[in-house]
Amino acid sequence: MGKVVLVTGVARHLGARFAERIRRQPGVELVVGVDVEPARDAPTEGAGPLAPYVFARADLRRPAIARVLAEHDVDTVVHLNVSATNPGAPGRAAVKEINVIGTMQLLGACQQSTTLRRLVVKSTTEIYGSTPRDPAVFGERTQPKHLPSGGFAKDAAEVEGYVRGFGRRRPDVAVSVLRFANIVGPAADTPLSEYFALPVLPTALGYDPRLQFVHEDDAVEVLRLAALDPARATTNTGTFNVAGEGVLLLSQCARRLGRPTVPVLLPALGWVAALARQTRVTDFSPEQIGLLTHGRVVDTFQLRETFGYQPRFSTPEAFGDFAAAQRRGLLPPERLAAVTDRLTALLGPEHPTRTDRS
Amino acid sequence: MTAARERSTGQAKVIPIETAPSWTPNEGDGAGVGAFASMLADAVGGALAGRLGPVAESVLGKGWEGRAANGLAFLRRRITGDYEVDEFGFDRELTEEVFLSALRPLAEKYFRIEVRGIENIPAEGGALVVANHSGTVPLDALMTQVAIHDHHPNRRHLRMLAADLVFVLPGVGELARKAGHTLACNEDAQALLERGEVVGVWPEGFKGIGKPFADRYKLQRFGRGGFVASALRAQVPIVPCSIVGAEETYPMLGNAKTLARLLGLPYVPITPTFPWLGPLGAIPLPTKWTIQFGEPISTDTHPPEAADDPMLVFNLTDEVRETIQHTLYRLLVQRRSVFF
Repeated sequence: MGKVVLVTGVARHLGARFAERIRRQPGVELVVGVDVEPARDAPTEGAGPLAPYVFARADLRRPAIARVLAEHDVDTVVHLNVSATNPGAPGRAAVKEINVIGTMQLLGACQQSTTLRRLVVKSTTEIYGSTPRDPAVFGERTQPKHLPSGGFAKDAAEVEGYVRGFGRRRPDVAVSVLRFANIVGPAADTPLSEYFALPVLPTALGYDPRLQFVHEDDAVEVLRLAALDPARATTNTGTFNVAGEGVLLLSQCARRLGRPTVPVLLPALGWVAALARQTRVTDFSPEQIGLLTHGRVVDTFQLRETFGYQPRFSTPEAFGDFAAAQRRGLLPPERLAAVTDRLTALLGPEHPTRTDRS
Repeated sequence: MTAARERSTGQAKVIPIETAPSWTPNEGDGAGVGAFASMLADAVGGALAGRLGPVAESVLGKGWEGRAANGLAFLRRRITGDYEVDEFGFDRELTEEVFLSALRPLAEKYFRIEVRGIENIPAEGGALVVANHSGTVPLDALMTQVAIHDHHPNRRHLRMLAADLVFVLPGVGELARKAGHTLACNEDAQALLERGEVVGVWPEGFKGIGKPFADRYKLQRFGRGGFVASALRAQVPIVPCSIVGAEETYPMLGNAKTLARLLGLPYVPITPTFPWLGPLGAIPLPTKWTIQFGEPISTDTHPPEAADDPMLVFNLTDEVRETIQHTLYRLLVQRRSVFF
């Protein structure tokens, strides 16, 4: 008998991509997608036989999910419906309800299930917070100095708390919690990618945060490995940070995108964010400001050594892939490079023009 | 500086002008900026190639074109974001080309730093440099960074552990991260040591740097010995470092405690010149410095678990402290005068 995988949050880009990927996995018998609406743009890439797919329209906040679990004899649950924003929920209160109450309902249903063997939960590195008094690199065991006080980070911290409780009550179920850094890709729909789409990037004056990204291809692959039985000499149960190798500074990101930055005083950045929220230009939450002020870097040793996955995209590569799909900025880097190259060439032919150190 | 340049020209590749990347000025947005820059480039280049060429050579010295080419290559990497920083935010290129170049005259010409015992810092692998702190402004830490980079045969970078105040302050925190410094906490110290970096710590903290002039060269309490525990866990040697001369740069006669409390600072120094002379009073006195690196104290004779043995940690802390204090006294006896 093959695996029956239930995926929540398939209306989102990551959920839709993961559902598609896991259908191509040999040994998967059926994939059940759960969300309030089906995916708008179901990706159809790759080849090979596809496992059957059932879409179950269910709101995670209601107990109906237990019926879905029982009906299909689900043995693997991949919970991706923990997000900073939700297309079906306009306000912050509704998003919080979907994240926290939705997880509680799902875990309640899971606890009842007799067939369940594996639970994978998407979390975020945001739960470490961003303050100047924290260590520079967070390991999975690092206790943040300040617990997140609100927003998505607090949701994620609460979700992880409930998942730990579930793990204690059902020790027979393998539980993995994956803390993703900012997921980027050509089509990622996260608050940070909305920020980088702005023509001019407001930044906090006097701060240049360190950022880390994970490519959505890597995110899907990590989820796939977590949903399957572990390979030899690795274990995929536990909590893992997922991020691409390396670090980019915000100033570097802006230059690679070719977007000018406008440094503003930190309190003023808060007002800009409030204005952006009001006018629905972009959802710029206080946690985002924390990230864009102090930055956050996580240690991925456990992912590489214990989980056994080496992300294919480093942070700069993942960001490069994201940047390539963006609109051209006002100061495209290739144009600036051409100007300096021209100046160098004017110095005389004996002076070498430095090409990209690629 | 020169070494960095040699390295960079080593990587350089000659490409003929015909194949140099060029662009057509009429595509999409941003063309205005590009066209203007092109005009500027042509004007400057034309002027330098023509009549201004000999003038530029006499003003800027021989080989200015080479230096300009290097500068442009540096500028190109910076404006296109084509450089690397490590997980702690250390920007090696910026530190070598800008920060250290800016501090070097201060170290060589102003304080005339004499560096002794640089061979005590290992050629490679982790090491923990522990030094005395003084002078109200952490110039001693910056000068130690310059000294190690410039005098060590492998041009090693000192990664300092700084107080959290540094990272709370806008601007300062950003520069500190780019120069390779990080927050003084066990996690960061251990992570850096395990990556094989030379880590610098000033365990006296604000007690040392903000002590009154009357207490000069008297070591204060060495924190809780956290740095020794980190070295034990990472199994790296501890290099005691004694800095003479920094105490007299800003002789702290008093402390404006009320103002300090208002500003949220640990102290606001009152020196013979500050704040009386305004910004002029912020110029440090041109003292003559000596930085002495002592014999490394090895920690690999103990197992890593020894870090959890408080007695051993205290004893090692005391040993390091005594070594630095005795070296300071010896250097002070040898010193001819404060300024020469």
